[in-house]
Amino acid sequence: MVYWLFLVSCGIAIFAALMAITRLNASHALIYLVITLLALAVVFFLLGAPFAAALQIVIYAGAIVVLFLFVVMMLNLGRRSVERERQWLLPGIWVIPSILAGGLFIVLGIALIGAENQAMIEGEMIGPRRVGAAMIGPYVLGVELAGILLLAGLVGAYHLGRRYLDERRER
Amino acid sequence: MFDLNWSYVLILPMILGALVGALMLVWWERRVLGWFQDRLGPNRVGWFGVLQALADAIKLLTKDDWVPPFGDRILFILAPIVVAGAMLMTFVVIPLDAGLIIADTNIALLWFLAMSSLAVYGVLLGGLASNNKYALLGGLRAAAQMVTYEVFMGLSLLGVVMLAGSFSLKEVVEAQEDMWFCIPQCVGLVIFVIAGLAETHRLPFDLPEAEHELTAGFHTEYSGMKFGLIMAGEYLALILVSALIVLLFFGGWLGPGFLPGFVWFGIKVVLVINFFILLRAAIPRPRYDQLMSLGWKILLPLSLLNILVTGAVVLWIST
Repeated sequence: MVYWLFLVSCGIAIFAALMAITRLNASHALIYLVITLLALAVVFFLLGAPFAAALQIVIYAGAIVVLFLFVVMMLNLGRRSVERERQWLLPGIWVIPSILAGGLFIVLGIALIGAENQAMIEGEMIGPRRVGAAMIGPYVLGVELAGILLLAGLVGAYHLGRRYLDERRER
Repeated sequence: MFDLNWSYVLILPMILGALVGALMLVWWERRVLGWFQDRLGPNRVGWFGVLQALADAIKLLTKDDWVPPFGDRILFILAPIVVAGAMLMTFVVIPLDAGLIIADTNIALLWFLAMSSLAVYGVLLGGLASNNKYALLGGLRAAAQMVTYEVFMGLSLLGVVMLAGSFSLKEVVEAQEDMWFCIPQCVGLVIFVIAGLAETHRLPFDLPEAEHELTAGFHTEYSGMKFGLIMAGEYLALILVSALIVLLFFGGWLGPGFLPGFVWFGIKVVLVINFFILLRAAIPRPRYDQLMSLGWKILLPLSLLNILVTGAVVLWIST
């Protein structure tokens, strides 16, 4: 039962990812991206990582893609942009990315066939407490580096907004 | 990992109860608002107007199901489903009593945050798909407001999580055996109430649908049962936020023993809902920039400070 759920959500994730790449309408592509992320969250959950699954929805689906959609709304893309996308995305463009992705897929397949991957789906659940302990324990350096990166982004955003506000004040 | 047990029996009553509750809440809110404002409110259909909500629902169902030809048809239909669906999904983790819960997971609070962040899509897509400038502006406002307030809605919960030592709502309630968390976490409670108001975009924070500037905001183009679903989603969100306030800060089903737990839970939820209705009647709507600066400049530092102090106190007591 769990195995079938796993396969179904994997299939949905792959299908939605393909649709997200090939859609011409930006907002439709983003909706497919959200579906991919939700399907991945289900995969995480079935692999025994409920905490990662919840964060996947909260952060990726709930915050980051919302901001993408926000930008799409601000640009107010209409039918003209769909036409432009159609001119840009000619069938010939897909050849090289397909070859590269196919190569990666074969490598991944070989790696997975070699590994012992059957037991993973039936593994135990890892709760938020253990994830937190790992974050503060062995991975503390990574967490702090990510914090510095975010701080840099915050300062940059503040700087850009600041210049805009100063200009408005002078007027 | 998945054990089929009797809690699956609860799913249907929970969904029906939530939807009927949302329906009744429309009537109840109009009644109570009428009382607050010294007028009658709906009192003709059924006893004291109880059936008013049913009459409204029948009216909405018989209306022409219109989809704007200039908009995006699929997204337009998807949006109300997302709004109501995400809210209904959250009821899965709400415990009504010690044993009355559909899914007692250890990520219940994160699940609530995840689903409320998915509800943003309903509003955003509604605004985008309508292809109408009022709807677009309303959708943009709603998304900015909800994403902003989600941040410290999550942060304000962390104090409770630290005191209880768990994300599970059941364990959070059980940790309040001695003292309700509304006393040690009073700052968290205030922030959560404000964030909950903004998240459900109800008055006084209903700027996404402010009538005097945006007609009806993101649902300007909606009519019939699609509008009904959006409205149901908003009332479901109100019930949900009230239930969470009760569970997190007012001891959930805990109470003197002469009444069963879920009765206490129901009484507390109704009281909190009435408080929200009173807020609607009492407070005028702020300006949009005031709402955003209140969020980022006051509530965010306050909630971070709350986490810091709570963490320090928890550490101090435990050592």
